[in-house]
Amino acid sequence: MCLAVPGAIRAIDATDPDNPLGRIDFGGVLRAVSLAYVPEARVGDYVVVHAGFAISLLDEEEAAAAIADFRALDALP
Amino acid sequence: MKYVEEFRDGQAVRAYAERIRRLVTRPWQIMEICGGQTHTIVKYGIDELLPPTVRLVHGPGCPVCVTPVGAIDRALAIAARPEVTFCSFGDMLRVPGSRKNLLMIKAEGGDVRMVYSPLDALAIAEANPQREVVFFAIGFETTAPTAAMAAWQARRKGIRNFSLLVSQVRVPPAIEALMEAPDNAIQGFLAAGHVCAIMGTEEYLPLAARYRMPLVVTGFEPLDLMQGIHRCLTQLEAGRHEVEIQYARAVRPQGNPAARRMLGEVFRIIDREWRGLGVIPASGLGLSEAYADFDAEQRFPVGELPAADDHGCMSGLILRGVAKPRDCPAFGTRCTPEHPLGATMVSSEGACAAYQRYRRLTEEALA
Repeated sequence: MCLAVPGAIRAIDATDPDNPLGRIDFGGVLRAVSLAYVPEARVGDYVVVHAGFAISLLDEEEAAAAIADFRALDALP
Repeated sequence: MKYVEEFRDGQAVRAYAERIRRLVTRPWQIMEICGGQTHTIVKYGIDELLPPTVRLVHGPGCPVCVTPVGAIDRALAIAARPEVTFCSFGDMLRVPGSRKNLLMIKAEGGDVRMVYSPLDALAIAEANPQREVVFFAIGFETTAPTAAMAAWQARRKGIRNFSLLVSQVRVPPAIEALMEAPDNAIQGFLAAGHVCAIMGTEEYLPLAARYRMPLVVTGFEPLDLMQGIHRCLTQLEAGRHEVEIQYARAVRPQGNPAARRMLGEVFRIIDREWRGLGVIPASGLGLSEAYADFDAEQRFPVGELPAADDHGCMSGLILRGVAKPRDCPAFGTRCTPEHPLGATMVSSEGACAAYQRYRRLTEEALA
């Protein structure tokens, strides 16, 4: 139910300023998604999408830090 | 897909399991509240990788599962009306009410449609002014802002033939109800990442302090869960009880301010009944005074409907984490995803459905 998927913003249509629409790329599949709740989003950003809405900007630095933490595991004795 | 695959690395998952084995000195019980996380845990066998002293308890965080029979029956009565086009997320269509489900209403000629977003239901209303379009607004705080936006836009555009049948729920009061239960044995929580992406963490600070238990806001991929469990156990072993965010790539402590503002405008906090848990104070959202015109319950009064109970279904105990699916005599025999007795078997995020789908084969092999 609360499933949400990360995707990249390829274009933004702000014709309706109350409901800007993003063209979001989910690994090659493109969908129109409301960006109303992420007004700070820009083309190239990653967002987390649920039920037709971007609910959060994806923080790429935090993602990289988490992935680095997993890599460090392999170095454990 | 970027930011998905990296969090499904099996080698790193096993390395985390080893890290957890080295960490744990005594038995612990942790609840994952969210049905999406239950699904990941059972699908990837995360619980089976943990040492036997660490018990994961599956929580009531599946909105489909906790929607009471009465609310489903009300939805069915409204959906059966000839003037109504009834729109719902797909996962509600097969959930049994007392006698029928939404798909049966559709088979009998009712105009029932599955939508991906509440805005799709609003578009149907705009395109069909002669129809009364009702959206079945269920879900936690993740989904609530999407329904709120549909109501807000309907009001702004003056779309009068659109309404919401609201059965929205909130996570923190449910955690409180679980912790207050006399048979509670939960020592730590994995909080639901996408709920906190909207709401942030401030509501969880008093819960962690009052019950002296760690709460780790966790994501949904296998490595997220491993990391969340590891952090929760690290706190438990050290005697700490803090709120921390494992899912930092999507969750900030303040949540999503724009979404929270919209929730505050369109909804108000009310008491709500949960299937299996009873009425939990302040655990629901209903439409605010300003949006009362968009309340389908007011627009289509159906009166009191006699509700049947779940005959021979243990979902109430399963939703509270007191029993596991296998404890139910009907599990996998009288009750299957094709013929579900209760909501925990209908919804793909229900614990029973996850066990039936991913554990049946291993159990048959063991038998």
